[in-house]
Amino acid sequence: MQSEYGGAVGRRRSLPARLLASPARRLDWALILAVLALSVVGSLLVYSATRAGRAGAGGFLEKHILNVAIGLVLGGVTTALDYRLLRAYAPIVYAAACVGLAVVLTPLGATVNGSHSWIVVGGGFQIQPSEFAKVGMVVLLAMILGEPRDGEVGPGRRDILLALALAGLPAGLVMLQPDLGTTLVFATVIIGVLGMSGAPKRWVGGLVGAGASLALAVWWFHLLKPYQIHRFTAFADPSADPQGAGYNAQQARIAVGSGGVFGNGLFHGEQTTGHFVPEQHTDFIFTVAGEELGFVGAALIIALLGVVLWRGLRIAREAADLFGGLVATGVVCWLAFQTFENIGMTVGIMPITGLPLPFVSYGGSSAFADFVAVGLLQTVHLRHNPYE
Amino acid sequence: MGPRSHVRLVVLHVLVMSLLLSLGGRLWYLQVMNGAHYRKVAADNRIRDIVVPAVRGQILDDVGRPLVRNRTALVVSVDRTALARQDDGGRAVLRRLAALLGTSYEKIVLKIRLCGPGIKRPCWSGSPYQPIPIDDRVDSRKALQIMERQEDFPGVTAQLEPVRDYPRTEGATAPQALGYLQPITQDELNKRKGLKVTGFSGVDLIGRDGLEAIYDGDLRGVPGDRRVLVDSRGRVTGIASEQPPIGGGALVTSIDAKVQGIVERALDHAVKDARHRGTPADSAASVVLDVRTGRIIALASYPSYDPAVWTGGISQDEYDALLSKEHGQPLISRATDGQFAPGSTFKISSLPAAVKDGYSLHGIYSCPSSYMVGARAFRNFEGESGGDIDLHRALVMSCDTIFYRFAYEEWQRDGAIHPVKNPKDPMMKMAKAYGFGRRTGIDLPGEASGRIPDRAWKLAYWNDTRKADCKRAKTGYPEVAKTDPARAEYLKAISSENCVDGYVFRAGDAANFSVGQGDVLVTPLQLARAYAALANGGTLWSPRVGKAVLAPDGSVARRIDPVKAGRLPVDPKVLAFIRSALTDVPKSGTAAGAFTGFPFDKLAVAGKTGTAEVYGKKDTSWFASFAPANKPRYVVVAMVTQGGTGATTAAPAVREIWEGMYGLGKNQNPALPGGNVPDRLPSLAPDGTVAAPPGFAVTSEGKEPATAHHRRRR
Repeated sequence: MQSEYGGAVGRRRSLPARLLASPARRLDWALILAVLALSVVGSLLVYSATRAGRAGAGGFLEKHILNVAIGLVLGGVTTALDYRLLRAYAPIVYAAACVGLAVVLTPLGATVNGSHSWIVVGGGFQIQPSEFAKVGMVVLLAMILGEPRDGEVGPGRRDILLALALAGLPAGLVMLQPDLGTTLVFATVIIGVLGMSGAPKRWVGGLVGAGASLALAVWWFHLLKPYQIHRFTAFADPSADPQGAGYNAQQARIAVGSGGVFGNGLFHGEQTTGHFVPEQHTDFIFTVAGEELGFVGAALIIALLGVVLWRGLRIAREAADLFGGLVATGVVCWLAFQTFENIGMTVGIMPITGLPLPFVSYGGSSAFADFVAVGLLQTVHLRHNPYE
Repeated sequence: MGPRSHVRLVVLHVLVMSLLLSLGGRLWYLQVMNGAHYRKVAADNRIRDIVVPAVRGQILDDVGRPLVRNRTALVVSVDRTALARQDDGGRAVLRRLAALLGTSYEKIVLKIRLCGPGIKRPCWSGSPYQPIPIDDRVDSRKALQIMERQEDFPGVTAQLEPVRDYPRTEGATAPQALGYLQPITQDELNKRKGLKVTGFSGVDLIGRDGLEAIYDGDLRGVPGDRRVLVDSRGRVTGIASEQPPIGGGALVTSIDAKVQGIVERALDHAVKDARHRGTPADSAASVVLDVRTGRIIALASYPSYDPAVWTGGISQDEYDALLSKEHGQPLISRATDGQFAPGSTFKISSLPAAVKDGYSLHGIYSCPSSYMVGARAFRNFEGESGGDIDLHRALVMSCDTIFYRFAYEEWQRDGAIHPVKNPKDPMMKMAKAYGFGRRTGIDLPGEASGRIPDRAWKLAYWNDTRKADCKRAKTGYPEVAKTDPARAEYLKAISSENCVDGYVFRAGDAANFSVGQGDVLVTPLQLARAYAALANGGTLWSPRVGKAVLAPDGSVARRIDPVKAGRLPVDPKVLAFIRSALTDVPKSGTAAGAFTGFPFDKLAVAGKTGTAEVYGKKDTSWFASFAPANKPRYVVVAMVTQGGTGATTAAPAVREIWEGMYGLGKNQNPALPGGNVPDRLPSLAPDGTVAAPPGFAVTSEGKEPATAHHRRRR
């Protein structure tokens, strides 16, 4: 990793050398290229999914590109910020996220697909505070659990309880929406950051066990009365299709499966054109890839996301301090879970929840949050060199 | 990060990568291993097979005038399945639809309920999965509203569909012969393999009666297949493949619309006149037959009805009316399905039977006013005495007693009440040879066979009725005794006689049979073909209404020809003798009154009156005729139940028909130019226009294409 700095440090450097040594040169370009590639593929898929005029459709591609552009700016700003300053801003980010989440529960919030998780800003724009809350959650947990410590291997019980308490608030608010997907992202981030912070095994194991038993309890819910199951299914799957249980999952699987090895070709997906899969430009965007680009294309998207996660883990490992490392870890856990859940539900190995595919799905708030997350990785990466 | 964290980071690394790998593995399973399967599922998902209806063929008359054709109608249909999926079961949609169509919600609900045991009409007898037509007389503005405001009318469609149209060309309706269409039932679908449900109301109908039923397979055509690409809402996004429908063939019949119109009007007049004379005249029928070919030129039944009631779903009231006795059961085709005692018209069979049995054709026989058949006196018609006459005169004046004598003597020779082993029964045998007692085999459904009450029939009938008769023999008829003790006594005596030996073929049975009375029943069609056989020298036809089926491209798909069903076992001289006698009937015999002033020099009409007594009712009036007498071409038979004597009611109707056919009397324009019907078929151009055969013309198209003003208001 150090090779790019090794011989370049000197009093008089040539212009190319100086350019090479500039902060831009030291950005994680593999990460950026992977994210950009995903954004381009995402734009094509969004266009493909929305091109055959659904009622009230049109302009999805333009809006998506605008979202990506804004996201890039937000990511750039985040990159430019010294992440150590974030420690100071963390409480503000956290408080803003909690306020946003609280506001959606008031009459100011709007209901989309059964989840009360949107704030209408006007001008046709809506924001989804739970996306930004993911950023707040990562930064806050990293701040509390990444306090510089002397001698201690990991955070103490007080820090852990404080972190859990503070993380519990936005998680609770998100559950009230209800938004199971984001709640699970929070849980993953909590466990991941806690684990990486060096917290004792019993805490990590305890949390994992608690989460597992909660999931198990939910699993057993179907022994309960029908109305409770109904509430659960609405909770677990707010976008449950009126055409019948399992319709989404089934149609998604058909669309992906029919793509075969090489797919039907971009813009030639007949399932896509026929709008058989609901929410195809947002949560089920991967079905477009599956059908039109086939195994080759779909696997490439997984690989690109793999590059993002791999670079993120690398950044976490090489971070200059624990706080930076935990920020990167939190981002990786968030993106990894969201990737697995989104593609998993598309291919039928995970239950259906409303989570977008990072960098690919249509959606302003999620795109902004994703690019901010990349910015966080980059700022940690840029400042991992103690000589900087 | 500390060492503990480093270890955990490795764990996280492994975890993340294994999650991604499992996604990739699943993807491999779905796309690579099961790609073919999902490809097929996907195709089923988005490709719908749509059956494209074939337009049903027309039914044409002999020169190509339409008897039944199609018109396009805007049909509003309701899809039960789509309604059922709605939260309120479609109530709101149906209420809106009722308001738009100006009907009531309740009426629509009745129309779309499924027929079943105990459910009265209106109800839907077709498949529950196909759209049910609610109204086929929707104006385009309303139809447009339904099509454009689909969000208000989910499950309701409005589309152009062909529906049956009855143009009443030349006043010809012939609904009983043409038949009607009704939604196909699941049973019929199962029975007839290859029938496809199209979802189009005008096409998923099946001929339920008449020619529509018999030639359903020819008229129906072959629906096409269109495989369309649809989106998730079922909207068509493209066409994958298409196999166009093959239109139904046009059925050319031998019915001549002009003659048919004349016949229907003649029956109307006959019934009206009879009623004017104070007799009920509750039903009537007439047949016009080409004696040389066995083809039906006209076939009418009174009372009649407007076949348009079948189009677009029939209401319970309308259906009840078609079947009710009060309305005279207009659905019944009395010409083919009705059975009546033939009266003296039957003598064309009894006479050659007697001659064959040894009575001299040129002998002189006594025609007393009554004849003792055993202990009972059988009176001549109206008690007249004819003196000593020949058989020619016997037919002309319709002497019954001569035939009573023949029958009685034959019966005695057969062993009287103790029949010999193989009785000769000459009159029964001759009647059967004339085709009575069995179906003619005409190409119409529901034909009745008539009845020859021979010894076997008597036995079977006795077996069926013995129980009731034996009971009556004991209990008597107390309900009749209250008002008419003598009659009750008589009925009781008959019952006890029937109880003991009701199977015995009695002298009275034989005598009655000889003059077409008693238990003998014939259909007007049977009588017509018997007269045709007499007229054509002995060929008994199995008549046909259909003449040919023309394919949509105009080629002849198949010809339909009458079949020879037998030959009369009668010496041609005897037939000529009878024909000659019948020639005098309208001139100087029983029908002379009805034919007063008839131009016999232009058209020699020969015929025979019949007046059949029906217990408890007025006489059935018959006239059976053929012309030209020297070279017979056509047979015209008319019958009016409770119409009085053959001479007063049926004969004038027949005269009117002959006059119309040949343009005599008031009718200056002959319906049949030169007294001919075309031998050749009309030609059909691929664009659907019809040209008459050479020498004939598809003249006035009848009335306007039938539209709402023909239709009774619901």
